[in-house]
Amino acid sequence: MQFLSRSLLWLVLLFLLGPFVVIVAAGFSAGDTLTFPPQGWSLRWYIKIFTIPEFQHSFVLSVWVGVGATLLALVLGVPVAYAIARYRLPFGETIRTLVSAPLIVPGIIIGLALLRYVVFTLNAPVEITLLLGHTTLLIPYAVRVVSASLDNLRSDIEEAAVLLGRSRLGAFFAVVMPNIRGAILAAFVLSFITSFNQVPVSLFLSGPGVSMLPTQMLWYMEYTYDPSIAALSALLALGAMLMVFLTERLLGLSRYM
Amino acid sequence: MNELLVLDHLTLAYGRGAPAVEGMSLSVKEGELVSFLGPSGCGKSTTMRAIAGLLTPRSGRILLAGEDVTAVPPNKRGVGLVFQSYALFPHLTVFENVAFGLRARKESAAVIRSRVEEMVAAVGLAGFEHRLSTDLSGGQQQRVALARAMAVRPRLLLLDEPLSNLDARLRIEMRAELMRLQREYGITMIYVTHDQGEALALSSRIAVMNRGRIEQLGTPQALYAAPATPFVATFMGFENVFTVDGNQLAAGDGSKLPLVQQPGAGVQALAWRPQAVTLGSGPYSGTVRGASYQGDSVEYLIDSAGGTIKASAAAGSNFIPAGSEVSFDLPLAGAALIPAGAGA
Repeated sequence: MQFLSRSLLWLVLLFLLGPFVVIVAAGFSAGDTLTFPPQGWSLRWYIKIFTIPEFQHSFVLSVWVGVGATLLALVLGVPVAYAIARYRLPFGETIRTLVSAPLIVPGIIIGLALLRYVVFTLNAPVEITLLLGHTTLLIPYAVRVVSASLDNLRSDIEEAAVLLGRSRLGAFFAVVMPNIRGAILAAFVLSFITSFNQVPVSLFLSGPGVSMLPTQMLWYMEYTYDPSIAALSALLALGAMLMVFLTERLLGLSRYM
Repeated sequence: MNELLVLDHLTLAYGRGAPAVEGMSLSVKEGELVSFLGPSGCGKSTTMRAIAGLLTPRSGRILLAGEDVTAVPPNKRGVGLVFQSYALFPHLTVFENVAFGLRARKESAAVIRSRVEEMVAAVGLAGFEHRLSTDLSGGQQQRVALARAMAVRPRLLLLDEPLSNLDARLRIEMRAELMRLQREYGITMIYVTHDQGEALALSSRIAVMNRGRIEQLGTPQALYAAPATPFVATFMGFENVFTVDGNQLAAGDGSKLPLVQQPGAGVQALAWRPQAVTLGSGPYSGTVRGASYQGDSVEYLIDSAGGTIKASAAAGSNFIPAGSEVSFDLPLAGAALIPAGAGA
């Protein structure tokens, strides 16, 4: 029985990590096409990805949209989380559900809707629409992670701060913010990674010279089947792992998820 | 005779619900410690929240040192509050918790340092300044909460069941500590509690509250000796309360005992402490349902025609085992006479 469950555990791990190993290894290939096992070893594909201008541009756009949408989602989401946690709102349950809706609605629908109504009808620039679309997608993460932290924080400390002379808003910044700072950072990391890896919404929202990194990678693969895609994927996965690892070490990310 | 706090026909309610407190009036003098004593739901905590400014009255006024503060926000009232849960700031040290109010008032660093050190020492926590408040025991957290509330020198300090989360021994220790601090700083306090022992030990005056009203207001001695209503009598340990009904004594559940000696006109009810019930002789009889040994006394529950009688006898007297018949007396000399017309 123990043998069985142990073997199952290793199989699951292999299933989860196997593709990652394949991708990393394929990126180190010396050959011209994406194959596994790699044909010889070289660093040329890891070097080449830094020389492709489309990757550079879309990487910069992805970072900007990721950071911008994450900040917007937090600015909108933290007050929502606070209101849900502290006040008995009319339709509170409905609001809670609506805020989580972007988690359930397929990204394709969000992307198509934004393309049809924001880009075509309102003629909004694609970059702004991307920012809006990603903000929508990230709000549930901001609200959920911060809500969990607020639910664990006593509300009477705010009253205590007010009675000691702070205004209500002052009390929020003096005694609530420092206690949910970890959750906000965790929400930041989670949201940024989600935005960075997002495909369906980004797929619809691209224009001449404007595309997010995952979309750019898809297009690149349609024309060029070389190991540089593997090298780039490996680097991105490594970056995400590093971020999660660091936040876990510094704040204990898992407390908020 | 300076009246620090005046509550003037205060009616309090949460949302549009029925009022939790109705038409309450009270005045508290400078330096007094007034307790709000009553069961949960009697409106004592609600009243305290209104005095702090955390709840806006539906009607009535609150005056602090003669000034109408009904519309003054809680951060401008100069009223301190010690929470039942302590409500310490978990991310701050003891020093920073106590300094919080002083920083909000933009005091100078020198004032903050000296005041925090003074208050931390006053509550016996010198040396703990740099601990996180979450690393302290319940009793220590209680002391930090007190020091924090007192550091800003509030005009009035409200305490919401401050000792209810402590164990019995600590509670008595903190009770003495509170009395010492109150004497030392001459601070006016309102103390909310459901524990009559605490209220009796600490208070200059006690307001016994029931269903949103003050049933009786008086010194501990006055309340203990002469409760004005059956409710106050029960709360003050007169556990056998009977309404005078012609020449009968009527218990709350409707059962009756004959009244042997008329208490005189104007008496609505009679109440006896368990110690005032004499056992072994007398006009009444009943069956001992339970006898529990308490060390210095034995407590009896006696089933009688007038319902369950609670009696207490010195431990040295004859032990009466459960199940035996016993005769008893309710002597008028040992009764509290509750006048007609007062309270409910």
